Amino acid sequence: MRKVIAILLLAVVGYYILGTLLNLPFGQKATGVGKYYLDSTIKETGTVNTVTSIVVSYRGFDTLGEVTVLFLAATGLGAILFDKKGKKRSLQNASLIVKTSSKMIYPLTVLLGAYVFVHGHLTPGGGFQGGAIIATGTLLMFMAYRSFETNHTALTIIESLAGLTFVSIGISGLIWGYSFLQNILPLGTPNELLSGGIIPLIYIAVGFKVGAELTTVLDTLLKTIKG
Amino acid sequence: MDWLTILVPFLSLLIIIAAGFAVYQKDLILAIIGTSAISVVLSIFFYILQAPDVALTEAAIGVALSTIIFVITIKKTKRYEE
Repeated sequence: MRKVIAILLLAVVGYYILGTLLNLPFGQKATGVGKYYLDSTIKETGTVNTVTSIVVSYRGFDTLGEVTVLFLAATGLGAILFDKKGKKRSLQNASLIVKTSSKMIYPLTVLLGAYVFVHGHLTPGGGFQGGAIIATGTLLMFMAYRSFETNHTALTIIESLAGLTFVSIGISGLIWGYSFLQNILPLGTPNELLSGGIIPLIYIAVGFKVGAELTTVLDTLLKTIKG
Repeated sequence: MDWLTILVPFLSLLIIIAAGFAVYQKDLILAIIGTSAISVVLSIFFYILQAPDVALTEAAIGVALSTIIFVITIKKTKRYEE
């Protein structure tokens, strides 16, 4: 009896979800705001990558919120897994092949991450992606060399300075008499590295912050494994 | 014939197989490999749908970081599902 009711309910829910999905036009503009962004991004923000201009410029305040959420998550994790003794990861190394190849791949991964967040306004990607790529490279080193240590004080300082940079760039818009996170620098020529005003600066700060935070999270988590 | 007409059904099938594997596998480490396979195929999908930004995020976070966090969790709890 219960199964019959469950199947009936599922059928009703499925019918309405299917109806909604079939009515949605796929790949077509539902509102006009997308066209506005595509038309006016280069003129207003000087960035070629429309996604970056939306994330950092038009919706920059939301990005600040996202960075804050990530920061709070990392802080909460550190608080839950805090141990007075100062745990160490177990000292068993990986095999020679893994060690050698990660030694070669690690600098390249960090370089790729830095490239992704420095060129966030020109190519796909940005601060979050670049930071995550850097943390992935560090993870590889953590797994290959159990003795590989990160300096937690340095990571905390990088994280705080990056967050402070983001907020102070935002406040400088207020100081110059515009709104929060308003562009105060010259826009430059589109498609050049030094273009887009404050957007590259913010994405570099976000990249450093996310990279440092995710590295700290991984280090904290890996140190909880015994043996 | 467009190459996407072959690739998209193939990738969709792959993603469904990986999802089924992740759900029905009793060894949780292998189930996690299944979820990260979903992420790989999903990032290819995002690239096909012209969202390279999201594809990068999915590749970095879905494949590497969330997988390692799940593996650590399983290492600290139980490996096999009853």
